[in-house]
Amino acid sequence: MKTLQIRKLILTLISVLFIQISFAQGYQVGDKAIGFNLKNVDGTMVSDANFPDTKGFIVIFTCNHCPFSVAYEDRIIAIDKKYKTQGYPVIAINPNDSIVAPADSYSNMIIRAREKGFTFPYLLDADQSITNTYGATRTPHVFLLKKNKGNLIVEYIGAIDDNHEDAAAVKKEFLSDAVDALLKNRQPEVNFTKAIGCSVKFAK
Amino acid sequence: MKNLKIIGTFFLFVAGLSLYSQQIKVFNYEEFKPFLEKQTDTTYVINFWATWCIPCVKELPEFEEINAEYKTEKFKMLLVSLDFKSQIQNSLIPFINEKNLQAEVIVLSDPNSNVWINKINKSWSGAIPATIIYNKDFYFFHEGSMTKKDLKKILNKNIKR
Repeated sequence: MKTLQIRKLILTLISVLFIQISFAQGYQVGDKAIGFNLKNVDGTMVSDANFPDTKGFIVIFTCNHCPFSVAYEDRIIAIDKKYKTQGYPVIAINPNDSIVAPADSYSNMIIRAREKGFTFPYLLDADQSITNTYGATRTPHVFLLKKNKGNLIVEYIGAIDDNHEDAAAVKKEFLSDAVDALLKNRQPEVNFTKAIGCSVKFAK
Repeated sequence: MKNLKIIGTFFLFVAGLSLYSQQIKVFNYEEFKPFLEKQTDTTYVINFWATWCIPCVKELPEFEEINAEYKTEKFKMLLVSLDFKSQIQNSLIPFINEKNLQAEVIVLSDPNSNVWINKINKSWSGAIPATIIYNKDFYFFHEGSMTKKDLKKILNKNIKR
């Protein structure tokens, strides 16, 4: 009888563990995020520790080849210019494996950053560890981080706005609204959105 | 008069050609929704893809093989393209012709994806490819690539014979 109970307990424990594993895919709003230390297109390493005076970061997983990323490039530059001076710089991270997606190789990143005149770091997550830990699944995929007592807290996850195809037809600027809220010491009203995007190309 | 007829026929011919190239149907989410809700014996394979999506293009030939193999059964494949509306003429139609795609292709174009992605499936992050297989008694959703073998396994178990 006792062994049966123990068995039951073990089974329950195992199933709880499984459920936790299957749900632990990346960050949710409110989670503490790990920092980053990745290679930039200018050859330097860029880390969150390089920005002691910022209030947080607009981390955007994006890449060269994806039409959605390309469609958003000008908007990302505008967002960086607008919010960098207010303490929220854009940190662009290419999550893709360059063997699976050669267009997103480090050398092609350098070319694209130069062509478009990126005003923000464009980093390569070479071993995809930041991508996996954050839970980025598509490009572009935004994680808005706010510094709080030495931690980076995830405040918004999702899309930049509600119209990838036509910047002029945007009705809701999800990301800007979220940053504006943080700047007013409020929580973003909308803190999670979804969008169609290119899947992250994981190494095989 | 005869010349006029020839010219007229020529114009009709050209008009016909351009009509043919424009016959891809474009749906917003509300218009597309009925495709997801059919309560029949037919098993639907609905694949979300785009010409610019590398893994989607890679898996398409195996989807086409499945379409050929199962087309005599209670089966229907729908390739739902998420190509930009502005790219239908320049990218999508040439792609369909080049690859000689036999399964039906429609375009889902609706900017309000934050709302409709969840309505299609709560677990979908919005990355493509993604595939739904369903009939009145069965439902399956998968984000990511699928092989012919994956598809066959599910179809053979659930198709109505």
